[in-house]
Amino acid sequence: MNAIRARFRLDRSDFRLDVDLNLPGRGVTALFGPSGSGKTSLLRLIAGLDRAQDGELSVNGQVWQDAGSFLPIHRRPLGYVFQEASLFPHLSIRRNLEFGMKRVGASDRRVSLDQAIELLGIGHLLDRKPDSLSGGERQRVAIARALAVSPRILLMDEPLAALDLARKQEILPYLEKLHDELEIPLLYVSHAPDEVARLADHLVVMDGGRVLADGPLIDTLARVDLPIRLGEDAGVVLDAVVEQRDADWHLARVAFAGGAVWARDAGHPPGHRVRVRILARDVSLALEHASGTSILNILPAEVREIADDEHPGQALVSLDVGGSPLMARLTRRSIHALALAPGKRVHAQIKAVALVG
Amino acid sequence: MHPLAKKLLPLALLFAGHATWADEVQVAVAANFTAPMQKIAAEFEKDTGHKAQLSFGGTGKFYAQIRNGAPFQVLLAADDETPAKLEKEAMTQPGSRFTYAIGKLVLWSTKPGYVDDQGEVLRKGDFNKLALANPKLAPYGLAAMESITRLGVLSAVESKFVQGENIAQTYQFVSTGNAELGFVALSQVMKDGRIASGSAWIVPASLHTPIRQDAVVLANGKGNAAAGALMKYLKGDKARAIIKGYGYDL
Amino acid sequence: MFESTDLAAVWLTLKLAAVTTTLLLVIGTPLAWWLARTRSWWKGPAGAVVALPIVLPPTVIGFYLLVAMGPNGPVGQFTQALGLGLLPFTFAGLVVASVFYSLPFVVQPLQNAFEAIGERPLEAAATLRASPLDAFFSVVVPLARPGYLTASVLGFAHTVGEFGVVLMIGGNIPDQTRVVSVQIYDHVEAMEYAQAHGLAAGMVVFSFLVLLALYTLNPTGRRK
Repeated sequence: MNAIRARFRLDRSDFRLDVDLNLPGRGVTALFGPSGSGKTSLLRLIAGLDRAQDGELSVNGQVWQDAGSFLPIHRRPLGYVFQEASLFPHLSIRRNLEFGMKRVGASDRRVSLDQAIELLGIGHLLDRKPDSLSGGERQRVAIARALAVSPRILLMDEPLAALDLARKQEILPYLEKLHDELEIPLLYVSHAPDEVARLADHLVVMDGGRVLADGPLIDTLARVDLPIRLGEDAGVVLDAVVEQRDADWHLARVAFAGGAVWARDAGHPPGHRVRVRILARDVSLALEHASGTSILNILPAEVREIADDEHPGQALVSLDVGGSPLMARLTRRSIHALALAPGKRVHAQIKAVALVG
Repeated sequence: MHPLAKKLLPLALLFAGHATWADEVQVAVAANFTAPMQKIAAEFEKDTGHKAQLSFGGTGKFYAQIRNGAPFQVLLAADDETPAKLEKEAMTQPGSRFTYAIGKLVLWSTKPGYVDDQGEVLRKGDFNKLALANPKLAPYGLAAMESITRLGVLSAVESKFVQGENIAQTYQFVSTGNAELGFVALSQVMKDGRIASGSAWIVPASLHTPIRQDAVVLANGKGNAAAGALMKYLKGDKARAIIKGYGYDL
Repeated sequence: MFESTDLAAVWLTLKLAAVTTTLLLVIGTPLAWWLARTRSWWKGPAGAVVALPIVLPPTVIGFYLLVAMGPNGPVGQFTQALGLGLLPFTFAGLVVASVFYSLPFVVQPLQNAFEAIGERPLEAAATLRASPLDAFFSVVVPLARPGYLTASVLGFAHTVGEFGVVLMIGGNIPDQTRVVSVQIYDHVEAMEYAQAHGLAAGMVVFSFLVLLALYTLNPTGRRK
């Protein structure tokens, strides 16, 4: 069921937004697009931080905005994480965490302070002031602070964008934990494909204030008809399960619907659910099963569609591997040489497989 | 130093050295004598070709400024004590001091018919405020205080006192209506020989020490032809007629 | 070395400054808040009016206040209609004049402080269930603390240093309108230089201590 219904029209001299979305009431929905695409504006409209005169919004059956009403933001049961942590500098970490919590009626509290602290691993920071924390620690506190109000929806506006790579790696596991443990929907604004691949279940692609695509992550990413400007990051994400581990070679075999691949062992035990990300640039096609190759993963596939790529010398080839999607980036010349066309059976040679989350 | 005086100092120095004929004189004028002195100076300049630069203010302030080197050449004081004091301190040209006017105190209100010609209004005491110049600083204030005491109404009206730092400010308090009643200089409310507006009682001279206003040439003015000429002009008929027209005695 | 009238003037001055500063913080807070956040066309004119006392000579302010608060002035007619009588020559009148005269010294530091805080803490507070008023007191006021300190000190000190306006509308009434600056002036005019020195030196020391406290306790005060 669609728990979030959002329709907004915004017409400013420098910016237009026109969206009409139904979003799932569970899991992580990524609002994805280049800067200026309107994804942050949409999130702010949903939160009530900005107001579109023409808008309708309901969340879990509760109307937050329609033609005649606008629920002020402080009455909306949401949690919001800004790009910068935006902690209150005059309050200790504990008081920051309690700020929202004590403003929520006792009967509406479903997340305890201890749970929020534990989930984000910030127990050792409680008596410190925000300015003595690292950027990553501050952002974890901000997330915990948002959770402590027991929100019925969590909104995050590029929470990792202001952090360096090391800090991102520090926080991503906590976000994955949120993904796994939260019962509430999470709207996550990002322009980073790797974050989306790791965290999202549902993808909304935006550009120029409009929604270009909207659907389950795996299906949406695999679409080659979209002018999604992913560049080097074009590729697919598949849900998979660890099948076996090869301790000698430090590899793990992960199976997805329609096939299995070898990936570098990430330490997950057999049976563990993982996500596999395969970039289009790492997939090449052969008409016969090659031997004497360094490529470990060779899967039989069928060409579904061939679409233009950003460069006229290249094309994106959409493949079907036993029901799962795969994408290959090839030169036009190779496509011509192999006489590729929809329905043609090929062997997909996969050079690299990344386990994400 | 008075800012105006400061600005004009180089000019004064320029003129100080030369010429006996068209000279310039810096005059410090008591606030109550503002209106008549403007008229007299205009006539003086026309008749003699000299120039008179006028500064108006409280006599006490002028005293402090003169003691500290202000470039005035003539002082027209609101009293006779300050010129005498300066004379004693050798700050004047000896023998130049004379009484140019005797001030008259008036109890005045902007309301027509409010002040009677006996000053009974003081005894009735139904006014909101009674303005007078600060008796410590201004001769008109002192005269007002003496008159109030002589009339025996001091304790009745004391609580209604508002004090101006000089007689000009006192006039302002009454003329804006903020004080219903006030002791001001007759020269301030008289025009063409009559009270210009409101109602007034000219306080009899017997109720207070005469307000003798003395003029003196200051040490600075020695050898300044315009200073000497101005002193002479003040004693002349034309000036005396103007002074009397503003209600001063002579 | 101080006469009782001098001490009365000191006490009156401190009372005036304290009452004025308190009122200014109450009036100045919403005004500064509005100035800091509005995008209205009125922001420019309103800011200019608030700043007027900085550039106008006190005599201009004093003269217009005297006329306005007089029996024929708009303020005077209003206070009379309310049965409050006239404001010149009263302590209340001095308070009104001082509030106007010291307004920019309170509003501007507050406005700067509010502008420096920006939108984000308020947005964060709103997402944490704080109503706008709640957010103002629980977030903005604590964050603007340096601005409040600067505003209080400047408002207080500027009121203590007020002279021209008091002279014009005060009437030199003991315990009502005879503040220290006027008392010093009277001493000087009356050639009582010893008493004048006593009070004047006290003013210099007081002003120095106030500014010293401002600059050491409140590093952001330096930016002003």
